[in-house]
Amino acid sequence: MISLAGRDILHTWGKFVFTGIGLGLLIGVTLVMAGVYRGMVDDAMVLLDNSGADLWVVQKDTQGPYAESSSLYDDTWRGIAAMPGVASATDITYLTMQVRATNHGEPRDVRAMVVGIAPDGPGSAGWPPYLVAGRQITRSHYEAVADIASGFKLGDTLQIRRNRYTVVGLTRRMVSSNGDPMVFIPLKDAQQAQFLKDNEAILQQRRRTAENPAFNRPGVPGLLDAVIASQSTNNYVNAVLVRIKPGYTADEVAAPIRRWKRLTVFTRAQMQNILVNKLIATASRQIGMFMVILAIVSAAIVAFIIYTLTMDKIREIAVLKLIGTRNRTIAAMIMQQALALGLIGFAVGKITATFAAPLFPKFVLLMPGDSIAGFFAVMVICALASVVAIRMALKVDPAEAIGG
Amino acid sequence: MAAQGIRIEGLKKRYGSGDTAVDALKGVDMEVAPGEVVGLVGPSGSGKSTLLKCLGAVIDPSAGRMTLGDAVIYDQGWKARDLRALRRDKIGFVFQAPYLIPFLDVTDNVALLPMLAGVPNAEARKRALELLTALDVQHRAKAMPSQLSGGEQQRVAIARGLVNRPPVILADEPTAPLDSKRAMAVIRILNDMAKKYETAIIVVTHDEKILPTFKRIYHIRDGVTHEEAGEGRGFD
Repeated sequence: MISLAGRDILHTWGKFVFTGIGLGLLIGVTLVMAGVYRGMVDDAMVLLDNSGADLWVVQKDTQGPYAESSSLYDDTWRGIAAMPGVASATDITYLTMQVRATNHGEPRDVRAMVVGIAPDGPGSAGWPPYLVAGRQITRSHYEAVADIASGFKLGDTLQIRRNRYTVVGLTRRMVSSNGDPMVFIPLKDAQQAQFLKDNEAILQQRRRTAENPAFNRPGVPGLLDAVIASQSTNNYVNAVLVRIKPGYTADEVAAPIRRWKRLTVFTRAQMQNILVNKLIATASRQIGMFMVILAIVSAAIVAFIIYTLTMDKIREIAVLKLIGTRNRTIAAMIMQQALALGLIGFAVGKITATFAAPLFPKFVLLMPGDSIAGFFAVMVICALASVVAIRMALKVDPAEAIGG
Repeated sequence: MAAQGIRIEGLKKRYGSGDTAVDALKGVDMEVAPGEVVGLVGPSGSGKSTLLKCLGAVIDPSAGRMTLGDAVIYDQGWKARDLRALRRDKIGFVFQAPYLIPFLDVTDNVALLPMLAGVPNAEARKRALELLTALDVQHRAKAMPSQLSGGEQQRVAIARGLVNRPPVILADEPTAPLDSKRAMAVIRILNDMAKKYETAIIVVTHDEKILPTFKRIYHIRDGVTHEEAGEGRGFD
């Protein structure tokens, strides 16, 4: 038996191809949307992986350092390092801000997450685990390693708050959960960038403190200087990254830190839950809504096209029925056309998504599994969309071919 | 009565019921022998189309009896379980317009019927080509219907009606869109095919120019048929 659907498609291939391309662009957008979501999840996972930590110790009752602000004294790590099962404890700061590159033509602002890393050396928690160009930070101040997605180049000068930093190394796939590229600078510099006030504010604060009789007592020399000194120092970090010794579980190590240091400690699973299920939950729902709308629009387009194509063939369908064609042959013809349309659309969509994904500013991760699921979803949508046309075709009276 | 052919006895068809009931056929009697071509004429609304639909197993008659060859196909109800198979295997149709399937080439338009009946594609195409040769359109075998002239399309439609060797062919105004010369050619072909394949052919027509070619004509008026002898003049 010849394929009626195949012959009809060949006969009206132009209509099919152009409709398939239109549908394919919609499917491509849907696949890219799925890729955006996957990219967000992957960014979150990369953030956790590249931090090199087993535990995140943060300010009590906060969900820092990625989801909420968190402040700890920068000597907290010492006590944590002495806790059972702790292999290392490292201070770290995170600050998302506009970083300005100043030495290549026009100044250029890049949204980046500035990470302050403790001077423990490469391989320590928080440090970029690998570089694609240049070297790691070796000086205590004013050097930076940037993610290549920032667009910064080796030797670029970055303006972060009041200080300038030279890019000495480039790394890859070091991004925040929002997809912003990371810029690593020494911890002390990062503390200043995050907590140090500007000169005018410091002067104002000194004046206020000096005019406070509680701090400026005639009989207590040195008190005012001590208070001002404590106000001017920046001894806070956002979190302490902990690596645990072999043979210990994360929960075993986390429990005494929570109990004795009265701090909040997250294991990797908990931090993953915060990043994926809380931080990007709204965005993923938003993307999900878009995907549902796109699926409905795609189904409506397929249904409309197949319905129109079937309407154009009412007389032929009546003739086919009159000469003895079974209903299932006619239904199969219509459904095969819908599936062929879906196939063309998916192929165009997949190619479009593959070529368009790298052009997006944020990481778009096209998973083979999503493509396979998308393919079956498209086929199901097309099959369902053909139902209206099939119902109409089955209602066609073979007597219409005779007329009268 | 011959071994093949079609016989209709007391065929009735009523549309609706009660006060709004309309008797489209009030007791039609007809008999067409194998190899015979008869005309069926009548004014608009006389019941021609209804009779054709009943004969074509497209609508259910209300009463009567129809015999196709040796088999009774209707006697107060259809005897065949599968009317589609009955139409496909036992009844050929030729329409006013050819109604060829536009996305199939000429060969496949004709071969589709045997394929639907389960005949292998190669065998079905062979049968189709034989008929196309008999109808002198074999040179257009690979053409699409849109590339054919009106006369060629009608010949392909006749080939489609004949391809399953049905005992009866119902032709609904097959010459209506054609000029005199082509109309005569189509009627000649129908007569030739009827003789060659021992097929009974009923031609529904309004076409005055082809009426003299029939040896027998059934007139239908108000749902009743009257037989009369035709001139049987030939086709020139």
